[in-house]
Amino acid sequence: MNSILGLFNYWIVIFLMMTGFYVVIAQGNLVKKLVGLGLFQASVFLLYISMGKVEGGHAPIIDAFNRVYSNPLPHVLILTAIVVGVATLAVGLALIVRIQDAYGSVEEDDIQAHDNEADSD
Amino acid sequence: MNAPGPLAVLVVIMPLLAAPLCVLIGRIAVARWLALLVGWASAAMALTLLAVVEANGPLSYALGDWAPPWGIEYRLDRLGSYVLLIVTLITALVFSFAPRSVDREIPEGRQIPFYSALLLAAAGLNGIVVTGDAFNLFVFLEISSLASYALISQGYDRRALYASFRYLMMGTIGATFILIGIGFLYMMTGTLNMQDLAQRLPAVFDTRTVRAGFAFLTVGIGLKLAIFPLHLWLPNAYAFAPAVVSALLAATSTKVAVYVMLRFTYDVFGQEFAFVRMPLGSILMLLGAVGIVSASLVAVFQDNVKRMLAYSSVAQLGYMALAMGLANRTGVTAALLHLFNHALMKGALFLALGALSYRVGTLRIGSLAGLGRRMPWSSAALVIGGLSLVGVPPTAGFISKWYLILGALESGWWPLALLILAGSLLALVYVWRLVEAAYFARPLPGPTEVSEAPLTLLLPVWALVLANLYFGLNTSLTVGIAQRAAAQLTGAGP
Repeated sequence: MNSILGLFNYWIVIFLMMTGFYVVIAQGNLVKKLVGLGLFQASVFLLYISMGKVEGGHAPIIDAFNRVYSNPLPHVLILTAIVVGVATLAVGLALIVRIQDAYGSVEEDDIQAHDNEADSD
Repeated sequence: MNAPGPLAVLVVIMPLLAAPLCVLIGRIAVARWLALLVGWASAAMALTLLAVVEANGPLSYALGDWAPPWGIEYRLDRLGSYVLLIVTLITALVFSFAPRSVDREIPEGRQIPFYSALLLAAAGLNGIVVTGDAFNLFVFLEISSLASYALISQGYDRRALYASFRYLMMGTIGATFILIGIGFLYMMTGTLNMQDLAQRLPAVFDTRTVRAGFAFLTVGIGLKLAIFPLHLWLPNAYAFAPAVVSALLAATSTKVAVYVMLRFTYDVFGQEFAFVRMPLGSILMLLGAVGIVSASLVAVFQDNVKRMLAYSSVAQLGYMALAMGLANRTGVTAALLHLFNHALMKGALFLALGALSYRVGTLRIGSLAGLGRRMPWSSAALVIGGLSLVGVPPTAGFISKWYLILGALESGWWPLALLILAGSLLALVYVWRLVEAAYFARPLPGPTEVSEAPLTLLLPVWALVLANLYFGLNTSLTVGIAQRAAAQLTGAGP
């Protein structure tokens, strides 16, 4: 029981990660693929945030009470990773816009069919 | 702190600052000169750093004066300064090649952002090599990757867009795997500094978390390294990217991934964990061997010359994976030598193709016909680069193949030595197809009279071609440094 409830965060992380990964692989629509990728990355953010939490820990602000603090470093790291994720999403969406212009479709199958045609010329 | 420490930071800061400056100033001429200046200044600094590291041992710089392991440390040892030198040198040569080639391939309105993206890619690659902090490495990896996605998408064929998108998908998954791996290591050790990790990890080697972290890191780096079967993003990305970008990525970015692999397996985890407790050696050797044969076979049947060379890159990365998997000193030496020499040959080849396509346009085998006579210098560069790829003496390629075979024999894997020879024969087949087309095929009928590429394009190409010959004849520099760096890597572990 403890391995289910006690590690609740981590089960969520694994669930989200696998969902995102599955969407990236199984979906043919490029926008949906990018959404899957976002989910996949978000699960890792949760992983980092969970590991920084200390039981009963407070925010790391020094005050009069002698408190236990949570580890702020993973949170800061993940702030950077979120920025990276946003940048990836932006580049990905910009590419999709250009792909839509060039191919007239954002479906993987259509694009691949066009590409195979061009390859065999 | 030693005096040349700030140089290690400057090789990252300069291109990082130059990139937005290009956009802010907004003049193409300024962007060109700035890129050129930064490129050569970085190469000069890398040379100085290599000399300092060779003389005084590893160099460490604490960013913001926060002492490691709390602050971010930039650290250069033999391995780092050696890889930094080859990366910055290729970048400088590619930047020298860029102005004419970019003028031809990129519309004027997009040239300035193109140069900034080139600079950002260079900043990221240099950063990966100098940093001594695992998380910092992930950030630099993403900086260089995001810049590469944008750069690849600038190819004039629309297939470049889809190739770039596929690279973005696989590259991001790879980078996220690396992030998960680093997270697991941080969970167990509470540190991100690589030196510190190397010291603290042995105490927790026997935990599932560290093993999982190692697996995530290996797969993530493998994706970036384009190790077979994780190479699917590479061929089209290199084939449809602009000439400058193909040359830069083929010669530097996968090499940096090889560096990251070496750094984590031999330095952070240590040889004993990676090769004795975990079966990394046999995995790398098997995948490397399959990659060499299958990618070389596919390369033989390619009609698009750039894609042929891209598949050949996958095969060459297979050699490097195989050499790393051997896990003996000669093997690591061979991996480092091939890293250096392959950067030289693929840089020369892709730049030579850039010079050819400057005149001819799309490069199919058929369109090379008769170019041996019309563009003698570019074609000769292609041939010498190709011979180096096959491993014919006296080219640089021969030296690394030689050490690779020595390493394979040393650990008793003689079938692998045969496989390396077979791979070289396959390389001979596809290089011969280029030679046959350029020198023996009847020129295409038509009024188009093709002349030699301009001198500004030929100079960087021939600098690399001559380097291929020079490092094939005078091996004291490359072999010497590679052997000392390999000794440091293999000696550090128990």
